[in-house]
Amino acid sequence: MSSGRVILNEQKFGFTLQRMCQQLIENYHDFTDTVIVGIQDRGALLSDRIVGMLESQTKSKLTYGKLDISFHRDDYRRRDDVIAPSPTTIDFIVENKNVILIDDVLYTGRSVHAAMSALQQFGRPGRIELLVFVNRRFNRHFPIKADYQGMSVDAIDDAFVKVEWEHLNGKDQILFFEHREKKST
Amino acid sequence: MSTPPFSTNHLLGIKDITTDDIQLIFQTADEFKDVLNRPIKKVPSLRDVTVANLFFENSTRTKLSFELAEKRLSADVINFSASSSSVNKGETLLDTVNNVLSMKVDMIVLRHPTPGAAVYLSRKVGANIINAGDGTHEHPTQALLDAFSIREKFGSVAGKKVAIIGDIKHSRVALSNIFCLQKLGAEVMVCGPPTLLQKHISSLGVQVEYDLDRALAWCDIANVLRIQLERQEIRYIPSLREYSLFYGINQERLSRLDHEITIMHPGPINRGVELHSDVADSDHSIILQQVENGVAVRMAVLYLLAGRKG
Repeated sequence: MSSGRVILNEQKFGFTLQRMCQQLIENYHDFTDTVIVGIQDRGALLSDRIVGMLESQTKSKLTYGKLDISFHRDDYRRRDDVIAPSPTTIDFIVENKNVILIDDVLYTGRSVHAAMSALQQFGRPGRIELLVFVNRRFNRHFPIKADYQGMSVDAIDDAFVKVEWEHLNGKDQILFFEHREKKST
Repeated sequence: MSTPPFSTNHLLGIKDITTDDIQLIFQTADEFKDVLNRPIKKVPSLRDVTVANLFFENSTRTKLSFELAEKRLSADVINFSASSSSVNKGETLLDTVNNVLSMKVDMIVLRHPTPGAAVYLSRKVGANIINAGDGTHEHPTQALLDAFSIREKFGSVAGKKVAIIGDIKHSRVALSNIFCLQKLGAEVMVCGPPTLLQKHISSLGVQVEYDLDRALAWCDIANVLRIQLERQEIRYIPSLREYSLFYGINQERLSRLDHEITIMHPGPINRGVELHSDVADSDHSIILQQVENGVAVRMAVLYLLAGRKG
């Protein structure tokens, strides 16, 4: 399998995470009335890291959960396979809370759309903001944009962007593949 | 997620599905159980799916459970019962189903008194078929929810000793349970009067026991079945009173055991016959958990079967 091109190396990866955390702290201070929700599966890898860094820096315990969107996806019955769900671990309600929704890559916007639908099961949030590591600029299907982004990438439809994590892939980095079928598992 | 795909377009029996299928159903049911405990107990997955519940036999909890599962998944639901239909005017099963399907129905949940009815339909029509009980053959969703309830209580089904007690001969629940529990690595025993056990039941790899107290002493879990009087064309037992004396489970009997066992029952219970109230309503019983799990398991089956591109 051919490897992708590194578009964010390990050092810049750390700086970027740090910058996003600082932006969140600047806007939310001690995170009162604010909850963080990571989208399963890959968004939750980013939210795990972000929450760990925020808790370390603010010396406080954040309200944090992971949201599975399988049952709210709009491509159900339109794929050859059925997506098996991952656990949703939200033991709080989001009624009137600020929700920081986290995903790794924003592409068509359909996952975020499904996540906002799934989130309704936990109450009516006061406000939802979106944080993504990579914002793919082209081929958005919904009027959705990120409030916080690590980096922006101009990638056409056939391309694939993958966020890799040290504990899973050996290195923190972001890879760019010209063609989707070259995606690593 | 890197899980093996669901191997079938229909759920006709446990015998036909793989252990991976069962595990995928359980994994999915875990998440639906979580959904059912939220303030809003509904997801939109089946919003463009129409399901017909065709019940050619009486049913209370299976029909209600399927209907609730379908509605929790946002499916459109139509119900059909044989007693109030054109079946009474001589219409065949295939004609009835084809008429229903011409109304653009995507899935059929079928209960029928004839063994093999669901298999027959799956070969004749294009919709996904779920067998909700076909005569004395199989009742796969009941076996799945039974095994799911055991897994929930004990963490795993593998290695558990399960005694299925009662009218095995006429029970589709027994047969599906045997297949399901064995696929998941449990040891299975059947126990009942010789007249209510099939002659060659041991060829399925189950232990056979005629003495209830010995079966209870052996097992971790007793799945108690009712006497199916409606299927007894001849008298297999002298009387219900005698059956209750030899095969009725009461607290006094359980107190003689040197370990605690878990009591299950697929319902409806004949209280005072196979199960006494002091056991059915005790902490040993997970009968109501079975009913609760039934909705989540049926949601998982519907979700996995309907999800493929048509």
